[in-house]
Amino acid sequence: MLIGFSNGFFSGFVVLRRHALSVSALSHTMLPGITLGILVAGALTQLSAFLGALFAALLVGLGSVAVSRGKRIAQGTALAVIYTTAFAAGVAILPHLETRQELEHWLFGDILAVGNADLWTMFGIGSLTLLSVNLLMRPMLLTLFEPNVAAAQGVPVRSMQYIIFALLALSLVASLQAVGCVLSVGLLVAPAATVSLFTDRTSLLFWGGGLLGAIGSLSGVLISAALNLSTGPTIVMVLGSLFLLAWLFSPRYGVLAARRS
Amino acid sequence: MSEVHHDCCEHHDHHHELVVENLRVTYRRHVALDGIRFATSCGNRVALIGANGAGKSTLIKAIAGLVPRAAGTIRWRGTAVKKWSREFAYLPQREEVDWSFPITVRGLVEMGRYPQAGWWGRFSSSDEDAVDRALEALELVDLRERQIRELSGGQQQRAFLARAIAQEAHVLLLDEPFTGLDRRASSQLGELLDRLAREGRLIIASHHDLRSAPELFDEALLLSTRQVAFGPVAEVLTPELLDRTFAVPAAIE
Repeated sequence: MLIGFSNGFFSGFVVLRRHALSVSALSHTMLPGITLGILVAGALTQLSAFLGALFAALLVGLGSVAVSRGKRIAQGTALAVIYTTAFAAGVAILPHLETRQELEHWLFGDILAVGNADLWTMFGIGSLTLLSVNLLMRPMLLTLFEPNVAAAQGVPVRSMQYIIFALLALSLVASLQAVGCVLSVGLLVAPAATVSLFTDRTSLLFWGGGLLGAIGSLSGVLISAALNLSTGPTIVMVLGSLFLLAWLFSPRYGVLAARRS
Repeated sequence: MSEVHHDCCEHHDHHHELVVENLRVTYRRHVALDGIRFATSCGNRVALIGANGAGKSTLIKAIAGLVPRAAGTIRWRGTAVKKWSREFAYLPQREEVDWSFPITVRGLVEMGRYPQAGWWGRFSSSDEDAVDRALEALELVDLRERQIRELSGGQQQRAFLARAIAQEAHVLLLDEPFTGLDRRASSQLGELLDRLAREGRLIIASHHDLRSAPELFDEALLLSTRQVAFGPVAEVLTPELLDRTFAVPAAIE
């Protein structure tokens, strides 16, 4: 629930930055991160995987912001280069590990295997994300809307971008166990994308995204239990179909509304 | 309209002066602007005139503090402006704005109060008042819940002007404000800028339509990387000076 909410909330930023692809790049980075974690720790434990994923996501995310500082290379470009390199390293190492089977859990998530300690970690990350985003809302909005004006007004634009990416990496890692590497993207993009079809108010985008993320997660868990499906994918499917519905039927920006007028 | 009180110029004996001296801007090693020097005071409308690439936008941004200055000083009311002043407001060129950003007119105007309200502080009632007054002064009250893309070109300009007013800016720096407006919206914007100037603000705008310049502006600065001329519009817009402004810059090393 909380993960759904905080990720949904943060998805507002992802949508505002038009960064959906970066998120998916980052999420793929977690695979080599996990492999690295296993390699270093010698075994696949919650902790090694978690730290590995976090390390890789932070490294690649912040690295791409740093490379794009020179303005010559766009951040998306930098990200693509760095993450494929990292991914390649992960794939190269993978066959040498003995724990390939279990890795599937991490790719696709297993929300019911989430332990108490993990819950607390998620809770911590979720609160941290929510807290910092709320505190820094104004400078972040300015940074996203008009970076050069924000810079002139004394907003440390570069630090803001680092913070946004660091939070992004954290949120991804937090949802890792619930829905896995690949699907965590859905949680971070779909909610606000859906809400953005309904509203023009920036604050609603965040709170609505959070709410939707939470609702999606909860109903995903319930539906998956009822139909005996895997939980992570169900959550993402729920969020995806909500988006599809919104895209079709939104009174403001929906396809059908556009056709009628 | 005069209820919008503004403590500038006409209410005092002295003039609030903007003095630019030897301004120079470089991008990497390429010189974008050099030797800009002029002085003007609030109540004036200044047009920046020059060919494409002559540095009009760069000059606007340099005064606004958006691009770093390689040399030169800018003084406003006697004190040097280091990087950015709250009394300066920059209005971007229309195509530089992300119009699909999910923000309402009111949200945009509220952004003008961020510097005063700080990063965390709640909006005080004076902040709210300033936003309301700005919306009223620019006749945007009925449009305040609109998303910024759902406005006409003239309304979009007014929304950004309202943000500058909410910021309580004295110097308005506009990048090609008349570009893309139809005739009616243009003349409305012209009247609006005239009113804002008469209330005591200094308006500096890049402009490319020579025919409308004399009626829209008081002073003009002719620009071709270097400053060609500066003065009252009627004195500056002469065929000879315009030739030099728009000449192919072959003579420049």
